[in-house]
Amino acid sequence: VGSWLRQTLTIAAKDLRAEMRTKEALNASFAFSLVILVLFSFAFDPTSDEFKNFSGGLLWMTYSFAGALALNRSFARELQNDCLDGLVAAPLPGGVLFAGKALANYALLLAVEIVSLGVFAIFYNVKVIPQLGPLFGVILLATWAMTVIGTMFSALTVNLRMREMMLPIMTYPFLIPALMAAMVLTTDLLNGMPIGQDMIWVKLLVLFDVTFTTLAVFTIDIVLVG
Amino acid sequence: MRERLMYGFAAVCAAIVTWTLYKIFFELPAEVKNVGAYQIIYFHVPAAFTALTGFFVALGASVMYLTTGKLKYDAFAAAVTEVALAFATVNLVTGSIWGRYAWGIWWTWDARLTSMLTCWLIYAGYLVLRRSIEEPTQRAKLSAVLSIFGCVDVTFVYKAIEWFPTQHPAPVLSIRSGGGMGPGLEAPMYWNWLGFMCLAAVFVMVRTRQEDMSREIDSLRRMAHSY
Repeated sequence: VGSWLRQTLTIAAKDLRAEMRTKEALNASFAFSLVILVLFSFAFDPTSDEFKNFSGGLLWMTYSFAGALALNRSFARELQNDCLDGLVAAPLPGGVLFAGKALANYALLLAVEIVSLGVFAIFYNVKVIPQLGPLFGVILLATWAMTVIGTMFSALTVNLRMREMMLPIMTYPFLIPALMAAMVLTTDLLNGMPIGQDMIWVKLLVLFDVTFTTLAVFTIDIVLVG
Repeated sequence: MRERLMYGFAAVCAAIVTWTLYKIFFELPAEVKNVGAYQIIYFHVPAAFTALTGFFVALGASVMYLTTGKLKYDAFAAAVTEVALAFATVNLVTGSIWGRYAWGIWWTWDARLTSMLTCWLIYAGYLVLRRSIEEPTQRAKLSAVLSIFGCVDVTFVYKAIEWFPTQHPAPVLSIRSGGGMGPGLEAPMYWNWLGFMCLAAVFVMVRTRQEDMSREIDSLRRMAHSY
């Protein structure tokens, strides 16, 4: 377990280091989330009372769109100079490669989401501080769901001609149960309701995370090596 | 042999569906028959059962491909998924028509409808993925993994019925501890399921044969290009 963890962290650190040098995905993802938040303000009246009912949905749509942008590049960036072949040939289990990439993506998405949450709170006058703890818990769980599915499908589509088109077509339908849970939980929390009444959705998120993480770790070798 | 089996399934399907149509339209109690579009349940539910069965069979075929590496299992998985997707479409369309009669709306975003639609989108994605990969082994490999992921989502769909209390009618089938639909009302639905399964088997056989032929043509083309 020790060496598995060390190798995972090495891959994650490599990805994060590469990202911090260029900040390509981070900047693009954050800029995109900002654009979406601005665009949504034209779609409805942000000062209306009804806004409270779909605030969670709005936030998670922003997160999922911005997240897809970052996740799309996760494996695609390794195509240059045949780095992907090098990674696959490295003496690492496929599960480690997947977990490392997923961890790096997770950190990246969380960074974008936390900053976007602040912008969202200011733009739409939403009080996030009173429920910050449970809200952060929901963000952690749902973002892992997005990360696992996104990273897995990024690997699955890496060699396809229509990679950029295929990834959203496949990722979003898979994410619907997790996004549904995240949206309901976030909306209720932003409306000041306790998380205790929505435990079924929390369980759904946990089950989703555990199931798809296990599946991804066991099938990544087939996808990358065959 | 395959031809005979195909015609056999088609005949059984025709017999069962004719018999259940007679039961549904002429032998249902008047109080049920007069409820707007009630009969649609005899097509809506079996279509869903057939689709879900198909997705699970596709999972089996995908796992078989991954363990044996034989492309015939991949062709079978693709054929079953296509047919199951067609039955899922029937389920969604008949559900929508029933919803128009019962609720006055064509569509409502309740968890069960959304789950079936999600399922439909996932398997539509599966077919799009297949079309975007030309190399047969890579196509089979990636499709098999996607089919496994998709099937897990089908499980979510099935469980969602119990997890989320929604506008969708609660399960009424006796096999799901719903108390049953009433004497004689439930049986034609199961018979129709059997009929639909036979129809699905015919479609799968036709599609598998087409897949086999297209694979053969592909390999001949490759051979011709290599000379």
